[in-house]
Amino acid sequence: MTLLWLILIPFIGGLLCWQAERFGDLAPRWIALATMLLELAITLGLWLHGDYHLGNAGMASESLRWSMEWRVEWIPRFGIDVHLALDGLSLVLIALTGFLGVLAVLCSWHEIVHRVGFFHLNLLWILGGVVGVFLAIDLFLFFFFWEAMLVPMYFLIALWGHSGSQGRTRIRAATKFFIYTQASGLLMLVSILGLVFAHHAQTGEYTFAYATLMQTELSEGTAMWLMLGFFVAFAVKLPVVPMHGWLPDAHAQAPTAGSVDLAGILLKTAAYGMLRFALPLFPEASQAFAPVAMTLGLIGIFYGALLACGQQDIKRLIAYTSIAHMGFVLIGIYAGTQLALQGVVLMMVAHAFSASGLFLLSGQLYERLHTRDMREMGGLWARLGSLPGFSMCFVAASLGMPGTANFLGEFLILFGSFPVAPWVVVIASVGLVLAAIYSLLLMQRVYFGPPQGDGIFADLDHREYLMMLTLLGLVLLFGLYPQPLLDTTGAAMGEVQRLFGAASQSTTLQTGTP
Amino acid sequence: MSLLPLTFLLPLAGTLILALSRGRLDARACAAVGVTIVGLAALVASWVGWRFLAGGGQSIGITLWTWVAVGDFRPTIGLTLDGLSLTMLGIITGVGFLIHLFAAWYMQGEAGTRRFYAYMNLFVASMLLLVLGDNLMLLFLGWEGVGLCSYLLIGYYYQTAANGWAAFKAFIVTRVGDVFLAIGLFLLFRELGTLDIGELLARAPQVWQEGGWQPRLAALLILGGALGKSAQLPLHTWLADAMAGPTPVSALIHAATMVTAGVYLIARLHGIFELAPGVLTLVGVIGALTLLMAGFAALAQTEIKRVLAYSTMSQIGYMFLALGVGAYEAAIFHLMTHAFFKALLFLSAGAVIVSCHHEQDMRRLGGLWRKLPLAYGGFLVGGAALAALPLITAGFYSKDEILWEALAAGHGGLMLAGLVGAFLTSLYTVRLIIGTFHGEPQSDKARHAEAGRGPLHGLPLIVLAVLSTFLGAWIHPPLSGVLPAGPGAEAHGAGHTVLGILAAIVSLGGLAVAAWLFLARQHWLAERLTGGREARLWWLWHRAWGFDIAYDRLFVRPYRGLVRVLRSDFLDRLLLLAGWLAWALHRGLSVTQTGKLRLYAGTMVAGVALVLLALVLRV
Repeated sequence: MTLLWLILIPFIGGLLCWQAERFGDLAPRWIALATMLLELAITLGLWLHGDYHLGNAGMASESLRWSMEWRVEWIPRFGIDVHLALDGLSLVLIALTGFLGVLAVLCSWHEIVHRVGFFHLNLLWILGGVVGVFLAIDLFLFFFFWEAMLVPMYFLIALWGHSGSQGRTRIRAATKFFIYTQASGLLMLVSILGLVFAHHAQTGEYTFAYATLMQTELSEGTAMWLMLGFFVAFAVKLPVVPMHGWLPDAHAQAPTAGSVDLAGILLKTAAYGMLRFALPLFPEASQAFAPVAMTLGLIGIFYGALLACGQQDIKRLIAYTSIAHMGFVLIGIYAGTQLALQGVVLMMVAHAFSASGLFLLSGQLYERLHTRDMREMGGLWARLGSLPGFSMCFVAASLGMPGTANFLGEFLILFGSFPVAPWVVVIASVGLVLAAIYSLLLMQRVYFGPPQGDGIFADLDHREYLMMLTLLGLVLLFGLYPQPLLDTTGAAMGEVQRLFGAASQSTTLQTGTP
Repeated sequence: MSLLPLTFLLPLAGTLILALSRGRLDARACAAVGVTIVGLAALVASWVGWRFLAGGGQSIGITLWTWVAVGDFRPTIGLTLDGLSLTMLGIITGVGFLIHLFAAWYMQGEAGTRRFYAYMNLFVASMLLLVLGDNLMLLFLGWEGVGLCSYLLIGYYYQTAANGWAAFKAFIVTRVGDVFLAIGLFLLFRELGTLDIGELLARAPQVWQEGGWQPRLAALLILGGALGKSAQLPLHTWLADAMAGPTPVSALIHAATMVTAGVYLIARLHGIFELAPGVLTLVGVIGALTLLMAGFAALAQTEIKRVLAYSTMSQIGYMFLALGVGAYEAAIFHLMTHAFFKALLFLSAGAVIVSCHHEQDMRRLGGLWRKLPLAYGGFLVGGAALAALPLITAGFYSKDEILWEALAAGHGGLMLAGLVGAFLTSLYTVRLIIGTFHGEPQSDKARHAEAGRGPLHGLPLIVLAVLSTFLGAWIHPPLSGVLPAGPGAEAHGAGHTVLGILAAIVSLGGLAVAAWLFLARQHWLAERLTGGREARLWWLWHRAWGFDIAYDRLFVRPYRGLVRVLRSDFLDRLLLLAGWLAWALHRGLSVTQTGKLRLYAGTMVAGVALVLLALVLRV
């Protein structure tokens, strides 16, 4: 039941926020904050009391083991259940969702002033949908949540977004986001149905259950096509170049809370989808596809980085850096070694923190300067209190400075992928130079150079300072002591590695976990 | 021995205190915190060092915690103290403390002292992790950390955009080297299954054949990292621009400690280089080329700090040369003496710069020797050590040893390059001192120079001056057992003495020639260098052989072009074509929706006719 509550709490909280608007603007904010804190507390409680070290090393298992499971029938005729399950990976990502949810509520405290209740409804429903995605292991239910998180996101961008220059309106950005994800989601639906029918053809039984469908035997060609359907849906969301077009627009035009959610969590649902569905359901096809995926990852690293270097809008710059970082994630996923997969988890968490941090900072900059154009900034170092210092820290994280979680994530991925694909790693490493370039360009353009005025802007208030300090603390904590996190996801990643690795011809893959 | 972690934890705490104080500390308090904490670290370091030496020099390891553990990949946050790291520890905290003291004088009245000391303390902490780390991941953490601090401190005077770009350049160029080092780490871990330095060095000879492709490749990649950090060819271009930072920063980071990290790295991983003799020779050749290149460049600079920057490159070139001939001890010995006398020179330069109201161009200085006796003294002693004046200076002993080892190892060419470099060193040192302190003052700033006062200003200069004399050469780094003995260790004898005399003659000859050129033939020289054929060569030296121009053409412009081409995100545009297509179709079809009944009826009839026709034809 706890699992169901994890999903329901944000949805219910959202409805309450919407209705509480009639008691003033503060009521929805506090309700939303309480909701997300509750969600976070529950997840942390689960983490403290649960056991995620389930034995996995080398044990050939018949059924998958979950730390928690909950299931009721939904549409028995087609074998559709409301089937939720939790393992280390989903737990980490849900905790992340809860935490970033709190941040998203906090950073909207002064930014959102119109229709506050409805805003928080959308915000919480996005988060509810995301939690659903992380918990559902019935493919139909997964698809349901996958689509369910789009709609509130669409409204968030369309109703509370900023309009950019050159005809980049928020409506256009929202529509683009919606069409991209919707169209790719439909491909996934086709793939899901294809898989179900293939299973039906073999056993005469309709089912959408993950564990059962994993046993389906598919011909090489079918598996490849079905896998591609999943891959495209996840690739759009990750995003993988060339399916990234929605991301810069959506990020730049969304309100700060929207950007935080997008970069912090929504992108991670794609990586989660690959780890949970694309690889385990179609290990052979994924293995065959791996070189292509890694190449796409490389293209993403360079294309995203070079485009980030050319941006004038600070939020677009950060958005393109996300594309580059997700290139590393893609490479790590398809390298498939235990080290690389653990690196992927760490990288997802780290990127969620650092990208959110940067988006929060650009939101705070915008509140003070009323512009996102870096050509109108410069020389701001002494004029913004502690904002530049935080910016420097998060910029350092985004360029992969050791001591931050981003460094460990990237390096675990690279260390883990090197035995499998040395050349990919060598080329990807060059991307580290580009990461330094775009990150420091941001510092140079915004904070260095001659000041463009004398005035001092407002320093961060307690709310803002605390948010940034917490985020920074987490970035450093996971950069210096990531073991609690890695131990939690170790078993889940071991499972992925076992399934994926079994399909591999290569003997260089590492086996086993500590 | 459990105090060892304190050496880096103290400066780290200093950074935290300063960073989190949020304006609750005034400038003086910030300076007090920053300086005191490095002083405490130095005290702890000397205690730790004393215990270490008293304990017979057994290397000590402390593991704080396991950083990451995934499968075999389990680097730790662990420290090792042996003779090599103790030497570095002493230099970093000792010289570092003196420079911090001096900075308290130098930075008086500057805005943003909190930032300054926070960065400086962070630098000391990172540098200590670099040299104390017992595995390559932790070393890499320190390695990147010092790079970040270097970036922050070069760009300290951020209001001038050029300083920011200098910092940017320094970070990016060294980052290029770091990428090589990172790939080297990936390779080492794949091949040897560990990143622990002790285990690596033990395992490498067992797993690898001497001269095999793995040790060669690994050594090359590590060398790439060292070249970037230590500003050696071809990744040296950042160091001269790095002089944009405050002078104490140049003294600490860009002379005494960080730039020598590459030397430390190669000495630390000597076991891998020993398995790749070709690469080791390459290290020496690069060192020799750099020392010559930078020597000529130093000759033609006009700013005090840029002369010193090129001279630093050149001196690190000597260290690389020593590494290349297998004389690791000589390299580290020179690293130490260089830290003393180059810190002295930079601090003296700082004293001149502050006294002359931030004027640092020699063309606008001159005639200062009477007004700034302490700075002048610092320059004389430091310059003498730099030019390796025989017998009385520390630089003589360390440089002489390098030359001798090169000869003993059979690398006559490298030894010759070292001698030529020594001649150049004498030339540019004399030019620097004469240009700054002698002749007539060339500007009002120089005419109105005010000498610095107080112990903060005087003490560091005096201590470093003492260390730069032969007294400093008495400190012998306890390196036996850590580093293999150099090739010249057994062959002491007549050859060494002859070479020593030769080196002394070269050094003194250089001084004499320089004094003649820059004092007696000053005007003749100036004429030749502005108008004559020599002017072009002088210009080339002044631009440090044009590397910046070449790199700009080769890398920066293509990069800019690429960014400009990509800026519009053509892949996104390409996908948007689908949207345009749908839109166009919509427009095309909506044209037919006219509302005219006649047209609809006509179209319908035509359609029916077409279908019928198709049916009929098919039958």
